[in-house]
Amino acid sequence: MSSTRRHLGVVAAAVMALSLVAACGSDDDPAADGGNGQQDDGDGGGDEQVTISVSNLPPATESATREAFLARVEEFEAANPNITIEPSEYEWDVTTFAAQLAGGTLPTTFEFPFTDGQAMIERGQLADITAEVQELPYADAFNPSVLEVAQDDSGAVFAVPTAAYGMGLHYNRAMFEQAGLDPDAPPTSWAEVREYADAIAEATGQAGFSQMSQNNTGGWILTTLTYALGGRMEEGSGDDVTATLDNDGTRQALELLRQMRWEDDAMGDNFLFDWGTINQAFAAGQVGMYIGGSDVYNSLVTENSIDPNAYGLTVLPLEGDDAGVLGGGTIVGVRPDASEAERDAAVKWIDFFYMSKLTQQDAALADAEALVATDAPLGTPALPIFGAEQLAESDAWVADLVNVPLEQMMPFKESILDQPLVPEPPVRAQDLYAELDAVVQAVLTDENADIDALLETANGNVSSLVEAG
Amino acid sequence: MNATIRWVRGGGLSTLLLLLPLLLVFSYFAWFPIGRAVVMSFQETNLVTDPAWVGLDNFRRVLEDPLFWTSVRNTLYFTGLALLFGYPVPLLLAVVMSELRRGKGLYSALAYLPVVVPPVVAVLLWRFFYDASQTGVFNTIFGWIGLGPFAWIQDASTAMPSLVLQATWANAGATVLIYLAALTGVRGDLYDAAEVDGAGLWRKIWHVTLPQLRGVLLITLILQVIATFQVFTEPYLMTNGGPQNATVTVLLQIYNYAFRFGDFGAATALSVLLALFLAAMSAVYFRLTRSWSTT
Repeated sequence: MSSTRRHLGVVAAAVMALSLVAACGSDDDPAADGGNGQQDDGDGGGDEQVTISVSNLPPATESATREAFLARVEEFEAANPNITIEPSEYEWDVTTFAAQLAGGTLPTTFEFPFTDGQAMIERGQLADITAEVQELPYADAFNPSVLEVAQDDSGAVFAVPTAAYGMGLHYNRAMFEQAGLDPDAPPTSWAEVREYADAIAEATGQAGFSQMSQNNTGGWILTTLTYALGGRMEEGSGDDVTATLDNDGTRQALELLRQMRWEDDAMGDNFLFDWGTINQAFAAGQVGMYIGGSDVYNSLVTENSIDPNAYGLTVLPLEGDDAGVLGGGTIVGVRPDASEAERDAAVKWIDFFYMSKLTQQDAALADAEALVATDAPLGTPALPIFGAEQLAESDAWVADLVNVPLEQMMPFKESILDQPLVPEPPVRAQDLYAELDAVVQAVLTDENADIDALLETANGNVSSLVEAG
Repeated sequence: MNATIRWVRGGGLSTLLLLLPLLLVFSYFAWFPIGRAVVMSFQETNLVTDPAWVGLDNFRRVLEDPLFWTSVRNTLYFTGLALLFGYPVPLLLAVVMSELRRGKGLYSALAYLPVVVPPVVAVLLWRFFYDASQTGVFNTIFGWIGLGPFAWIQDASTAMPSLVLQATWANAGATVLIYLAALTGVRGDLYDAAEVDGAGLWRKIWHVTLPQLRGVLLITLILQVIATFQVFTEPYLMTNGGPQNATVTVLLQIYNYAFRFGDFGAATALSVLLALFLAAMSAVYFRLTRSWSTT
């Protein structure tokens, strides 16, 4: 009996051990096949069958835009019978990106913001798609200052810009009225911004002006303010870039924040905002004015249910000799381990799905109709990917369908194209922003913060990073 | 040969085979990632293309980062405050509760309740309580007695104590239960003897309860130190390291390296340093306290 039991024990143990080994061993390595697990061919384009996955399929709750997306997929597959598209609801998230890339769950093509482009290129997390992009009929028509966010120092292209925006000043029209200010006459100088913020805080008890300060957004917005006041965070190009965080523009910007915070008490009680939380607070009527990308209205509507009547957008006041506006936007890239055939198919998809909306009237109208059908915002002011004329033309195609309060955004739309666009700091921008987060937080939370000393320290820290490359 | 057969017949093989799944699971999900992290700490990698060996560069970069010592200081500060408040509070609660004649179960449940609340929910709830405006929950309460308003997590000097307060509230319940269980093992006749000797409540606690609990106390102390050295959820969700890096902890720094800046080499290098430090500290701790231990 005991012998039988022992034998049974051995058999049971062997079965358990083997099934575990089998379970561990049966796991495919998705990264090895370009991430979608369905690569049908080796390298080489041509007519071989290839499957790619693509991001930003709208969720099932947005049925009209989802159907429109899937219809575009079918249309693309009909026009390219050798390419199979697998749509995915993946949306860019910097905290999960690297893990998903390594784990093979990142789609072959994916959207991400301008601001992360350079770091991803440096880390080798994007495929070089120069050859594929050069075959596009409009390859030479890109606005150079927009395309450069997707290029490395040698000019190689790693992604395609599909939407661009300039930074603007968002304001709450209802709070303007409460404070006795004319919502159709937003501030045109930083002195007025301060004055208006004070009036709003006084009249409403809420923050007249708020500033992001977390997750690198503090540095991002401080850089925006610095540009608007004629300063630059880095000077030079190529290998000769030097950090210049302690410039007069940044000093003025921080001094402005200090005055609004400590002298006027016009910035409320929360100084740890990031992009998501400041949008939330603004939509909830807790913030009178803040700086953000001109496309934020889309998110304010879909994520934060803002009252459209209360929304206003104007350009940032530019003061100083070399003042400019920081640009931003969306670019679409390809996994670095994609095969040649996948890269080719991916760029065809980018051309078809993203760029045709900008270059072909039919595609622009179809896309606009799908957006409007789900009450998704259409018509938020943008910057040209190609040129101002082309933007005006594509705007005109969908003008009748626009559903955002464009009148309230006219102070921005009418002037933004006259403002010089300045790109983000070329080297280690995210590290620079992270360093400046602490500086912004210091000015907003410590009445005795020494701005000069803070900038000197921050500049020293960033300089060593820039020198290290 | 005979020895092998004897080993098999004696159940050695079945033992090994039964152990194998466990070994494989541990190897795959625990030891392999640890080993991989150690290897990665000497590499530059984006997790996709071939990694490059960089020697000690990652360790050098981590140690030269101005935020390294800030994060170490902050972590020590958190650990110190957590020990100061978080260590005696559960003990005190457990001793008081063990003295209760009625409602012990109810109080145990109440003490344990915060542990049941998911940490993310609890932290976000407390962030709401810490609203620095005059109408914030805590500020309103303090306002009734003429205090405040306080900046709580919006000020570099009060941010860390605010995190410790929340962490103590959230974690004390589990330790209370451990102490309550340990207290049931303290022999009643020791208290009777102490009483005969004229000991009051505090002398009984000092001379009977604490010495009898010393084994448990030593273990909970080192476990708490290790746990607080790895504090992440509170600073990540409540302040994200701010204001002015006042709540950047070592683990938050590791997270930022990996997931904010995509620098997995630096992240694993700092992880290795932390693991080595904690292992060394535990070894020293157990060596120093060996003579006090009951186990």
